[in-house]
Amino acid sequence: MLPIQILLLAFFAIAIMKVFKRNYTGDLSLWAALFWVLFWVLGGLVVIQPDLTSSLAKLFGVGRGADVVVYLALAGLFFMVFRLMVKIEKLEREITKVVRDKTLK
Amino acid sequence: MAPLVSDMVLVIIPAYNEEKKIGRVIRGLFEQGLEDIVVVDDGSTDQTAAQARKLGVKVLRHEINRGQGAALETGSAYARRIGADVVIHFDGDDQFNPEDIPKAISFMERKNLDVVFGSRFLDRRSQIPWLKRKIILPFSRWINFVFTGCLLSDAHNGFRIFSQKALKMIHITHDRMAHNTEIVRQVKKFHLRYEEFPVEVKYHTYGQGVGGGLMILKDLIIGLFTRLI
Ligand SMILES: Nc1nc2c(ncn2[C@@H]2O[C@H](COP(=O)(O)OP(=O)(O)OP(=O)(O)O)[C@@H](O)[C@H]2O)c(=O)[nH]1
Ligand SMILES: [Mg+2]
Repeated sequence: MLPIQILLLAFFAIAIMKVFKRNYTGDLSLWAALFWVLFWVLGGLVVIQPDLTSSLAKLFGVGRGADVVVYLALAGLFFMVFRLMVKIEKLEREITKVVRDKTLK
Repeated sequence: MAPLVSDMVLVIIPAYNEEKKIGRVIRGLFEQGLEDIVVVDDGSTDQTAAQARKLGVKVLRHEINRGQGAALETGSAYARRIGADVVIHFDGDDQFNPEDIPKAISFMERKNLDVVFGSRFLDRRSQIPWLKRKIILPFSRWINFVFTGCLLSDAHNGFRIFSQKALKMIHITHDRMAHNTEIVRQVKKFHLRYEEFPVEVKYHTYGQGVGGGLMILKDLIIGLFTRLI
């Protein structure tokens, strides 16, 4: 195993632990937690067995394994940005509620 | 026909940094015999609240700026609490003509409506800037249609009147300008009886441009998902 593989695996393991913890404390819903665990486990599989991406590439009809990873990463990033925007919107509404309650008190 | 004496007609004025105009707006309302007025000062950094208080109207102040939708909902919460019978949304930037209010109220009573939406496109009084008249508002109209199923002649007008029934049902959750679309959507959802009514909109300065319109679209789309994720 290459050092980079070990490093990445360690990083993913920590990420999974964090997911569990955040689910336990109630910051992350069960579905969201499952999504992230799956996400990091798949990431781990790709790190251990990079050829997997080539099979995936064939499956999707994309040229190279590395390309598939980039595409998936981009999609993942979009998804995360979007979630962040929704989250921010929720926070804004909570702030408004606090401000309003104070105004009307 | 004037509103029944026993009815409390409350005017809600959302205002953000309108110290120069708010006084004129309030005096204009007084001239129409409207005495129940609440100014929601949305964290203004100028003397908006002081100017309004000087004229003896109720002032509710947000400690920080939360946007026009947020200010209107604060006004609505206050209106529900004091048991207002009719509520009017009226911009604090002196663009509306207070003389339109009595006319709109009698229209509402005659037609037995729950909601009246002001429209600047139903008569020829308003001198609307070209970009707004030809591009922004026509485009917004169709966007609103997609989101609400109502095709109003005026996509975004801060002049609205609500019956007590409508006041109790409609709750604004969009803090910024997308509340306009949200209100129309709820009117449709709750099967409230509504109609548009011609109102004058004067243009001293510009107000919302294309950027504002795109911002509303973004808010609407994000809003769709705040319940899902
Ligand atoms: N409460 C509150 N009111 C605001 C805010 N921004 C604008 N307003 C008020 O909303 C009213 C209308 O705002 P405008 O910027 O003129 O928007 P508009 O009327 O849709 O656009 P125009 O047709 O160009 O005038 C005014 O009374 C402003 O004081 C805000 O952040 N909070
Ligand atoms: Mg305006």
